[in-house]
Amino acid sequence: MAIEFRKDLFADERDDDLNEIGKPTQRQDMLGHVTGRSPFYDDHLFDGLCHIRCARSPHHHARIRRVDTSAAERMPGVRRVITARDVPHNLNTLLSLLDFGLDDEELIASERVAYKGEPVAAVIADTERQAREACRAVRVDWEALPHVLDVEEAIKPGAPAVNPAYPGNLFVYHGKYDHQKLRYGDVEAALRTADHVVTGRYQMSPIEQAPIETCGAIAAPETNDRFVCYTSTQALFFSLGTAVKLLDVSSARLHFIGGTVGGGFGGKVDSLHEPMAILGTMLTGRPCKYMFDREEEMQVGAPRGAERWYLTDGVMNDGRIVARKFVGYFDAGATTRLSSYAIIKGVGHLPGPYTIPNVYADVYCVFTNRTPATAMRGFGVTGVDFAIESHMDEVADTIGMDPIELRILNAYRDGDMKAHRRLAKNTALVECCQVAAGKAGWGLSQAARAASSLTGGGGARAELPAFTATDEHGRVAGFSSGSYAQGGRPAEPTGRGDPRPAPGSAPRPEPRHEPPRHEPPRHEPSRTPEPRREPAYAGAPPRPEPPSPAPPAPGEPPRRAPTRFSSISGLRRR
Amino acid sequence: MAQKPIRFTHNGAERAVFVEEGANLLDVLRRGVGDLTPKYGCGQGTCGACTVIVDGAPRLSCLTLAETVDGGRVDTVAGLAEGNRLSALQEAFMSHFAAQCGYCTDGMLMSATALLKDNPRPTREEVVEAISGNLCRCTGYEAIIEAILTAAGSGGARRAG
Repeated sequence: MAIEFRKDLFADERDDDLNEIGKPTQRQDMLGHVTGRSPFYDDHLFDGLCHIRCARSPHHHARIRRVDTSAAERMPGVRRVITARDVPHNLNTLLSLLDFGLDDEELIASERVAYKGEPVAAVIADTERQAREACRAVRVDWEALPHVLDVEEAIKPGAPAVNPAYPGNLFVYHGKYDHQKLRYGDVEAALRTADHVVTGRYQMSPIEQAPIETCGAIAAPETNDRFVCYTSTQALFFSLGTAVKLLDVSSARLHFIGGTVGGGFGGKVDSLHEPMAILGTMLTGRPCKYMFDREEEMQVGAPRGAERWYLTDGVMNDGRIVARKFVGYFDAGATTRLSSYAIIKGVGHLPGPYTIPNVYADVYCVFTNRTPATAMRGFGVTGVDFAIESHMDEVADTIGMDPIELRILNAYRDGDMKAHRRLAKNTALVECCQVAAGKAGWGLSQAARAASSLTGGGGARAELPAFTATDEHGRVAGFSSGSYAQGGRPAEPTGRGDPRPAPGSAPRPEPRHEPPRHEPPRHEPSRTPEPRREPAYAGAPPRPEPPSPAPPAPGEPPRRAPTRFSSISGLRRR
Repeated sequence: MAQKPIRFTHNGAERAVFVEEGANLLDVLRRGVGDLTPKYGCGQGTCGACTVIVDGAPRLSCLTLAETVDGGRVDTVAGLAEGNRLSALQEAFMSHFAAQCGYCTDGMLMSATALLKDNPRPTREEVVEAISGNLCRCTGYEAIIEAILTAAGSGGARRAG
């Protein structure tokens, strides 16, 4: 299928004198792909490769009374069974690398599991089959706990507490609020004066990225007391940092090799395969592979999370949308992973590509006993865009207006102030609508055909609202923005809802006193308490709070920038 | 576990390997023979990434017991090029941008190779049918279908690489 470029649009904004962009160029990895020589992580062969498989929770939520690995350890080919106490620093959150959010996820569950499939032990064996069979011999004494699988059920008083780091089942933004806020103008006042109020509820299901190459990593001892790790990760330095933290080793001892990824689509941004494979190698001295099979990829691999959105629009008889209110719930699953970030991104995108003078959003990152969710292809934006565009059709239907005309009428134009308090640049929704309508043979009015992103914007539409209604709804106390900034343990939240003690809110598992690599390969797992050592990161000096995503000062004049393109600032035009 | 010796022709070369009872052909090719071109994607016969040609017919190597190819012929992507000369299909996959991550490509090439050997001038529908057991999450298939049709049109020409 040929791609049609509409270079007639905004032609004066491009010089079209680029040497590479816009011209076909062969991929540098294509020859490797068609000859089967591209080096995917699993294409590295090692003598004596061991296989790691996990024994996993059959429950959505359960306390682990006891893990008995003795039978599994006696199974043929088994080199070692790993449990939570073998993980040197068994608590992390992916974005702790940016000090955003509290550590809230164990590599291997210690005292409780919060989703079906959460690992509770890992078997290292000579063959994959032996590892599978030994996993079935791991005996766990479970105490099933009440679970919650729905975002709105999860934030009701008395709901089961999913994640000890966040007893209210809500991620805490910036250490201050149990949701991410957007306040722009006065939505409630505008809704009172609107001719129509249109409400809607939209629900998106989780979506598995389903790469054809399942997630995995191979680790092996290397020279100079290092470990090499071949990995399918999409985010090599996230994976390196995560492994360094969980294993409490210097990054100088880890040699990560990635870059050839058999499909990722976001699902390989936050994999935990590298630390598991390296830990296996540390404990056995053997090359170790930890690879999801297809069932694990689908059940345990982190999907795009489910989202639920409630939209309320105030619209005038002539089609102008004067207010838009969002209440959104992201289903993070049992741990934060990247859902907190997805919401930051999503809220920056509201109210979609439209100029609406009053916008309000409360968006909650909710913990449930479902598989932790993560990145996938525009996550944070695609879900709410589905809600917004579905809602635009509902609004058009309510007032009896053509849905494309409604979009063109409300589309943002160059120079308009957006709800996140930046001026719109390089807008093109009007032209998109016109071209799409033309392709579909969809008739538009003369006014809609004549509309342009270049005209009609700015002026009064560039002004910030004269008044913005703010509130302290959802304020919490006792939280810090991140685990490094936090110093000690989080205090109980106050404010919204009943602070609930977390069942099984486990203290951090005690790290091993000795680096595990010094142990003999067939070491029997120790069950005696070991001296407590402060986790390596708790003693770090307090760091300054990360810059908050607060908008620039109102009234700041738009900056003139040189001609360049930035996906963040959107600068393209001179 | 009992091991059994098997012999087969692999991309024209004689191979003799010991295989575990119940071992699948995918593992034997990758770990035993060292041919890493067939890929593990599901282990359940649903994705097609492990497709190889056994005695002229496309087969899912993850579901093929290695013992069953004893005395037979196994062809993989590793044998498609002659030295630096790519096959017409490989050429067409390159020129049509018919791979993105590349993980399904080996299986696609094997399904397409088997098709063109039996049916040198397939219709578009026959191409779609031939690769219907090969999942691709990146390309959306169109480029792959076009590449296979182009290779069929070129009549197996090879390019010096």
